This record gives sequence, structure tokens and C-alpha cells, in this order.
Amino acid sequence: MYKILKAEKLADKIYLMDVEAPRVAKHCEPGQFVIVKMDDKGERIPLTICDYNREAGTITIVFQEVGASTVKMSTLKAGDSFRDFVGPLGCPSEFVGEDLESLKNKKMLFVAGGVGAAPVYPQVKWLHEHGIAADVVLGAKTKDMVILEKELEEVSGNLYVTTDDGSYGRSGMVTAVVEELVQNDGKKYDVCVAIGPMIMMKFVCLLTKKLEIPTIVSMNPIMVDGTGMCGACRLQVGDEIKFACVDGPEFDGHLVDFDQAMKRSQTYKTAEGRAMLKLQEGDTHHGGCGHCGGDN
Amino acid sequence: MGDVLKKVPVREQDPKVRATNFEEVCLGYNKEEAMEEATRCINCKNAKCIQGCPVSINIPGFIKEVKEGNIEEAYKVIGQASALPAICGRVCPQESQCEGQCIRGIKGEPVSIGKLERFVADYALEHDIKPVGAKKLNGHKVAVIGSGPAGLTCAGDLAKLGYEVTVFEALHELGGVLVYGIPEFRLPKQKVVAKEIEKVRELGVKFETNLVIGKSTTIDQLIEEEGFEAVFIGSGAGLPKFMGIPGENANGVFSANEYLTRSNLMKAFDDSYDTPIAAGTKVAVVGGGNVAMDAARTALRLGAEVHIVYRRSEEELPARVEEVHHAKEEGIIFDLLTNPKEILVDDKGNVTGMTVIKMELGEPDASGRRRPVEVPGSEYTIDVDTVIMSLGTSPNPLISSTTEGLEINKWKCIVADENNGQTSKEGVYAGGDAVTGAATVILAMGAGKAAAKGIDEYLRDK
Repeated sequence: MYKILKAEKLADKIYLMDVEAPRVAKHCEPGQFVIVKMDDKGERIPLTICDYNREAGTITIVFQEVGASTVKMSTLKAGDSFRDFVGPLGCPSEFVGEDLESLKNKKMLFVAGGVGAAPVYPQVKWLHEHGIAADVVLGAKTKDMVILEKELEEVSGNLYVTTDDGSYGRSGMVTAVVEELVQNDGKKYDVCVAIGPMIMMKFVCLLTKKLEIPTIVSMNPIMVDGTGMCGACRLQVGDEIKFACVDGPEFDGHLVDFDQAMKRSQTYKTAEGRAMLKLQEGDTHHGGCGHCGGDN
Repeated sequence: MGDVLKKVPVREQDPKVRATNFEEVCLGYNKEEAMEEATRCINCKNAKCIQGCPVSINIPGFIKEVKEGNIEEAYKVIGQASALPAICGRVCPQESQCEGQCIRGIKGEPVSIGKLERFVADYALEHDIKPVGAKKLNGHKVAVIGSGPAGLTCAGDLAKLGYEVTVFEALHELGGVLVYGIPEFRLPKQKVVAKEIEKVRELGVKFETNLVIGKSTTIDQLIEEEGFEAVFIGSGAGLPKFMGIPGENANGVFSANEYLTRSNLMKAFDDSYDTPIAAGTKVAVVGGGNVAMDAARTALRLGAEVHIVYRRSEEELPARVEEVHHAKEEGIIFDLLTNPKEILVDDKGNVTGMTVIKMELGEPDASGRRRPVEVPGSEYTIDVDTVIMSLGTSPNPLISSTTEGLEINKWKCIVADENNGQTSKEGVYAGGDAVTGAATVILAMGAGKAAAKGIDEYLRDK
């Protein structure tokens, strides 16, 4: 069992938890993920690592309610436990293995959308701890949905917050901010890392391709085992099929077939939507069913 | 007394009934039936059946005990060679191993060794007969990676010799392919697998789940930081293979590994579990091995009409004859000499059908089997909403890519000595699918056994 030391609601449907998992905390690096399983009958759910404390042996996870299992998970409190918690899975971000001196000469831009702020945070923090200040665009639908702003503020070079409805920070999509930074403010970036909903990553990639900025994205397809066995997480990347769990989760965003990945992510949406409706007994649901597009 | 040339028939669930449930197909012998079948063994001096067994069970020896009704003694005889008899009695391809060598088989049917082994093992589980462990520990620590058949066998054998063994498992349940791959209706998980693993635990073996070697820690760290003196890698097969035809990433196309893992490990067939499975209404399973049969029979039980699509003829089907027979009885349709060309997809990305082409057998290829060639112009479309690809696997890179000095071959399988499991790295041994590519449970057990012997020799000489 893996004990939850802290559980906190960050925004509507978004939760943060600190979990005791010393083996994972000892070995994880930015870019990697974990799989959690709540109880005997639960699903295996892949989640990004938002932070880690090697000394305390803890991992911070952030997740959003998107289906029956994550709704159930949101009811867990400090003192409760996960039955299973496995990781770190996937490959660390490429820069972790890069030569530090050449890395220092690179100008990096992170684009975080919604819960995508969670996997972006440990990357920017790692860079900060290694003396590199990366710029971050943090986007959310509305003011209430902006998460980890304070944490990111402490570790990023410039932080640009934007909301789709203009209720906080700048107004508009993250792509508009990136375009403005590069085209109007004359910022130059050698690498962009975009993490968020697939539709956001797709549009950031379309833009950065035009702006000729190499872009890395972190994919979160459907997974079962997460160790390179089931093939559920396969993606078309250029002319190759890649498995997000062992080859990724980070890929060259200009090569990822997002349209196919988005369709694939809908595979169980109807089943999931039904399970969620059953759980909520007729309560209006917001996203997760795959029909209204509310989760993109 | 029945016909001495024939096996005592084994009771099975009626095909019509079992096609709608996940209960075990074969019901096994009772004591009377087992004792009667045991009388058919003529106790050969030069027992060929033992040579046919990858773990060299003293087959005439245990059958003799069954004949006399000493089932506990029979279990002890098997236990000297095998830690997992209830599993082997169910999933070994006996027809090409022990039973394939049986003298009785020359004129009539061989002795039903598999069903006898199963009876003895089930009796031991029901009566909680304890395996015989080591008298005292020898103070040496060995790590075993993977709790599948290779790992469990290696761990069990080493524990019996007095080693302190810890098994590390990446998934949340123990058993490897025995729990994620082989379906409940062939190998019950609680009644058989979990109980047989419990016997290995009773030998003193420790287990740690949710630990991915190569990620959560590495082999070098196990040796340097955690004090293990030798490591056995039994990490199993890896990534599923796909055909590379158009439409293969559509929604509704699954690897057999995914389909079976959802149903077996995650228990998606049972509504009280959270993991979903796309049951499908008309399913094509591409491939002809045991895994293909398992996937097909799972889909059937979930309510679908199921076709096996295989490019060669029935004679070349790699699956066990018994599995093909059971599949046919249950109503699986075999589209033989047929090969997929394209999976048809609608604008939402869902499978709507599959274009296939008829094949004919030409000259023998490198495998000795006649090479299937396309019959020009014979394409047609079959109406399916789900396609399950069962084409084998390629090795998992997690361990080989994170272990310094571990040699792999051109197929990326770990290179290990067949006789003792020794790899290119000192103190590191390997066996099972991680070495051979996808094979059988019993071959993995044989490799686990050989490696246990290899590790014991290495540590005694050290």
C-alpha cells in the first residue's frame, strides 16, 4: 500500500496528492510518469509526476476527473492509500541527459495547458536547479482553472499566464501568446516543450512548425500495463509506430499524428461515459463521454 | 474397465454452456478416474516420457503412487522437479512432450499424463499439502526478475536449496503470463495460480510487486546497493507485433496482449471491475497460435461472433490441437488460408471491416512450412468491428537498455547459455521468453530450472 500524505483540490475537478513511494522518488526524473491503482477492482491509471522529494521518499501527483475512476480517486484523503503505485515509467525528458553547458546556451519555452502544468513544473524546476531559466506560458480556460502559478513563478524565467476567457492574465489561447512572444516581442527560442490537452499540443505544433521551433510534446494515450506489453499506447510518429510507455511519453511534436491520437483516445469514451453516468446517477457530466468534446 | 488403448475420458463443461461463461472448460479427473488412468502406465524402465519433459518429472514414479492411491506421495515426486504442477497439468503441450513420447501412444492413446499431473496438484492444493523446503538458509541472496513461470521455477528451486530469494514483479499481481495472458477458463487465477504461487512463498520466497527493473531500480543497483549476489532475469516477452497494414491504428484494433490483459489481469469481463473492454459484435483474430485461440475464445465469451484469420492451413496452426478443438466446439469460425490486406475505418476512426485475400501454399520456407502466397484477384471484405492482432511479440528493451554489459542478439533477445542460463554479465542469468522470444510456459520453467542450477553452481564456487 502507498500512503497518501497530502490531498488537496487545486481547482474544479483538479486534485494534488503527495504519495509515499520511496523507490519511485529515488529514481524518477522530469518527464516520467507513474501508474496508480486505487483498489482491487480499480483501473491502472497513468499519471504525470508533478514533483518528487528524494529524501522524504514522496511523489506529488496531479490529476483531473475525466472518468469514473478519477472521480472515485478524487474522494481519497490524506491517510488513505493507493493499492498500487508503480514507476517511474517512460523515458526522462531529453535535456536531463544533455551536456549542461550546451543546454545553458539553449533558450527554452514551455507551454503548459490545463493540467499540463503538472508535468511541466518538474522540468522547469530541474532546469532552474541547474542554473537555466526557461520561459513558461501557462494557459487555462478560466481564472479558477489556473494551477501551480506560484510554484512555476519561483522557477521560471518569464511566466506568461493566459486564460481563454480573459478572466485572468492575458486573454486568449496559449498559441496566441507564443505567436506574440516570437513575432511581436522578438523572442527567440531554440526548443519548445508543449504539454496539455492533445488539441492544444496539436495547435502549438502547427504554430511552432511555421515558426521553425523544434517542439517536444508529452503524450498521454490510453495505457494498460505501462511497461511495454499491451501496445494500447501506440502512436504514429513520422513513419514509425511508437509506444508511449517505453519510447515516450515525449516525442517530436512535429512528427506526431495528433488527429489519429485524438481518435484513439476516444476508444473507451462511450463505455467510460456510461460508467461515469452510472456513478453520478443522472448528474450532468462535463466531458469524458467523448461526444461533446468537453474534455478537449 | 474401459478400452485400455484409450485414455479415461476427462469431463468437460458442455461447449454451448461454456461459450457463455469464464469457468474452467476442463473439469479434470476425480480420484477413481485418475487411479484407473494410472493403471495404463506400464512403468517403462527407460521412460521416454521423462526425456520429453523439460523439467524431467519422474513421471512413471508419480503415476505409480497414483495407481496405489497415494496422492500425497505422488505430489512429493512431482514436487522434486516442478513447483507449478497444477499450472503445467493445464497448459503444457503434453502431446508434443511427455505424452508424445509415451509407448502407449504407438498403438492407441498415450497415458493422460497431463490430466494425472493436474489431478495430483489439485488434490495437493485442496488438501493444503506443504511443499518440502530447505532445512536451513545458506545466507546468499538472489534476485529474480519477473514472477512468471521462469521466475517462479527459478525462485522455488533456489529456495529449496537454501537461498534467500526475492522476486520482483512489474505488475500489481504475481504470475506474469499466467495471470495476464492465459484466460480464466483455461487456468483459474484464484483457485490455481494464486494458490500455487502461495506454495512457492511457503518455500521462503519473498515477493515485491510494482517494481519495474530498469526503471524503479536497475540490476546493477540490486547487486551493488541491495546485496544480491546473483540475478535471474525472467522478464518475459515484450512489445506486441503488428502487420504494418493500413488502418491498424484504428479504434477497435487491439493486440492480443492488450485484449487479454484487460480481460485476464484487469478482469474487464466482470462488470464489477473498472477496466473497460471493447467486446465487439463481430471479431477477427489474426494469427493461429495459442494466444490467438485465447483471444478468440475470450471474445466469444464476451458475446461476439469470432473468426480466426490465418494465412496458412489448419495443419500449420501453431496452437495446441486441444485448443483448436475446444475453439471449434465453442463455435469459433476458422478463415484459413486467408490474410488481411487492410482494415477499413470510418471517419471517427472506428473499424468497419477488413479486406482480406485468399492464400495458397507454395514451396517450403526457412521454417520448413509451406510458404503461403496470395491468390491474385481473390480479395474480399469481411464485416467486422473489432480486429485482434495475435502475431507474437518482440523483446522488451527496459532491462537490456539499462544493464551495462548484458549482451543481446540481433532479435534483441538476451543472450544466455541454454544449459545454465549464464549471460554475458557475471552473476546475471536469464531464461524464458526474454531469451527465446515467445514460447511456452513449460519451456520457460525448464529455463528457470536450468538457471537455478547455474546460479547455485556459480555461488558455491564463488
